[in-house]
Amino acid sequence: MSAPMLAVDAVSTSYGAVQALRDVSIEVAQGEIVTLVGANGAGKSTLLMTICGDPRARAGRIAFEGRDVTQLPTHEIMRMGLAQVPEGRRVFPRMSVMENLLMGAQVAGHDPPPLLDQVFALFPRLRERQAQRGGTLSGGEQQMLAIGRALMSKPRLLLLDEPSLGLAPLIVRQIFSAIRDLNEKEGLTVLLVEQNANQALRLAHRGYVLVNGRITLAGSGRELLAMPEVRDAYLGGGH
Amino acid sequence: MTGEVAAITMANRPSVTAAAMKDAAITALVAAGLFIPIVGLRTDVGADGALMIRQRWADVAILVLIAFFGRLGLVTWRGLRGEAKPRTAARTEVLRRAGTFVAPLLLGAAVVLPFIPGTGRYELDLGILVLTYVMLGWGLNIVVGLAGLLDLGYVAFYAVGAYSYALLATTFGLSFWVCLPLAGILAAFWGILLGFPVLRLRGDYLAIVTLAFGEIIRVVLINWVSLTGGPNGITGIPRPSFFGLPFSMSGEPDTFAGFFGIEPSPVHRVIFLYYLILILALLTNWVSIRMRRQPLGRAWEALREDEIACRALGINVTNTKLTAFAMGAMFGGFAGAFFATRQGFISPESFTFIESAIILAIVVLGGMGSQIGIAIAALVMIGGFELFRDLDEYRMLVFGGAMVLIMVVRPRGLVGSRTPTVALGARRAIGAEHVGEGRG
Repeated sequence: MSAPMLAVDAVSTSYGAVQALRDVSIEVAQGEIVTLVGANGAGKSTLLMTICGDPRARAGRIAFEGRDVTQLPTHEIMRMGLAQVPEGRRVFPRMSVMENLLMGAQVAGHDPPPLLDQVFALFPRLRERQAQRGGTLSGGEQQMLAIGRALMSKPRLLLLDEPSLGLAPLIVRQIFSAIRDLNEKEGLTVLLVEQNANQALRLAHRGYVLVNGRITLAGSGRELLAMPEVRDAYLGGGH
Repeated sequence: MTGEVAAITMANRPSVTAAAMKDAAITALVAAGLFIPIVGLRTDVGADGALMIRQRWADVAILVLIAFFGRLGLVTWRGLRGEAKPRTAARTEVLRRAGTFVAPLLLGAAVVLPFIPGTGRYELDLGILVLTYVMLGWGLNIVVGLAGLLDLGYVAFYAVGAYSYALLATTFGLSFWVCLPLAGILAAFWGILLGFPVLRLRGDYLAIVTLAFGEIIRVVLINWVSLTGGPNGITGIPRPSFFGLPFSMSGEPDTFAGFFGIEPSPVHRVIFLYYLILILALLTNWVSIRMRRQPLGRAWEALREDEIACRALGINVTNTKLTAFAMGAMFGGFAGAFFATRQGFISPESFTFIESAIILAIVVLGGMGSQIGIAIAALVMIGGFELFRDLDEYRMLVFGGAMVLIMVVRPRGLVGSRTPTVALGARRAIGAEHVGEGRG
């Protein structure tokens, strides 16, 4: 394996006096789906946000495609070919679906129409709803819109923060199969933060388990799924 | 009357009247509690110079009765209206259709106003005043309506523009047309200066800092006597010329009247000022509409919707906020320069907090983000304020009542819907009922 697409090396982050991440190191290689699982407050979202430079890492180094991005401002990091689907979807509620999607294309400056076709092919629902206001969509549609909006910048690495949050199991399966499609057909690299460890580990090539701001386990998705400590802690086994 | 209404209500929903009576009785009780000490007892100076208490129970009774029947009427009316909520969608559609011809109609009226028979000096002056506020409303709308940054100190930029023009014109003898862009640039510069410290603030916190900023500018203007003349203000500000031709009564060839060979009249200057502010206001409108379709304008709206999502999409939030402040301030500066040249005299008294409040009220009542709504709100607020001039001190009461009424009937402003800037196929307005209250 050549140099990883994303390398997080011994990163620590704190919110004031509270240390949220301690010496976290993860790698994401080109073409992989990597998932980060852990309990509430383990620091999963913090790690994702730290990669985007908000909050900034207090120690350690983050490199994307070989470039050190640790000290770059957020908006510059987000222009380098990575896109984020924020936690809680955060679509623009008063703007139409179309406007939401165009906001995603705006910064990268790619020609929107072919990208729009791609997003609509992935989520046909969005094509039907394109004139509708973002805030009136259902939760699942909003998640589709948030992912579609991120894809509009034609990213090479997609960061997903809890895409299954508050969605019905059927919709979660749809979203996850869309992520798999993007990875297999488009070769998109994905870093997925999930509380839904079961499904996330099934989808991912590799996974990391985060406990209290530290990586405690790492391995392939299957390996982690099979580990008793993972089963006990995150998959509800035996409780 | 009330009996009839009650009877009808009774037939539909038997419980409404009883509930309404109870509600009205409670209201009357509250009114009595308030009015007995405030109105019922009054201290007067007696014949021997001592204080004596006069009792006015009749007045209290009238007030309590008004409260009782007012509440009863309101509750029964609401009960009769019932669940008429779905009508808002239809109403949005009607408003949208009305909007397509109301705007050109208003514009047409504004253009021909000086030539309508019966339009005198007073009407033109009122028109200029209304248009000034329309322009200020549109300018503030960029900051509040589009970018969602609550600015309570907008009058500061109006003041910067006015003083810029006044000082540049009286000190260096620069003409209005040179000073106008300079005033705009200086105001924009102050907009950025305000923008920097408040970058991390939103909502209430931002409002407090901008309020303080507005006051700081005013206090500096009062106290920096050597530059601004302090409370005395600046007098003798040059009046505008018609591209170099002064509006003078002499009728010589190098004056406006003389050049065009018409009878000199003081109305010429007023008409010129009227068209000047009309053009400036339309420029503000045009730029706002253009900006909304540009990436920067769309970023403003996205910023209003969700700042975190904006960051996630790689939008430079700092630049986006600063440009919104600068752009809004620039138009405030233009309006200020116009104000200075129209008045010929400015003092800090013209730039108090109430001005900021009125401009913000225009933006909010108009339905934040709606260009035509703001124009109508300015017309109603400023024009209406003039209309009730005879009521003297009760004018503020009418004013406040009208604002409460608008907010009760249309909580998202007169035109609360918003049309997307891009669409494949037909554009559809986004109804007011889908627009969060108080969220730009």
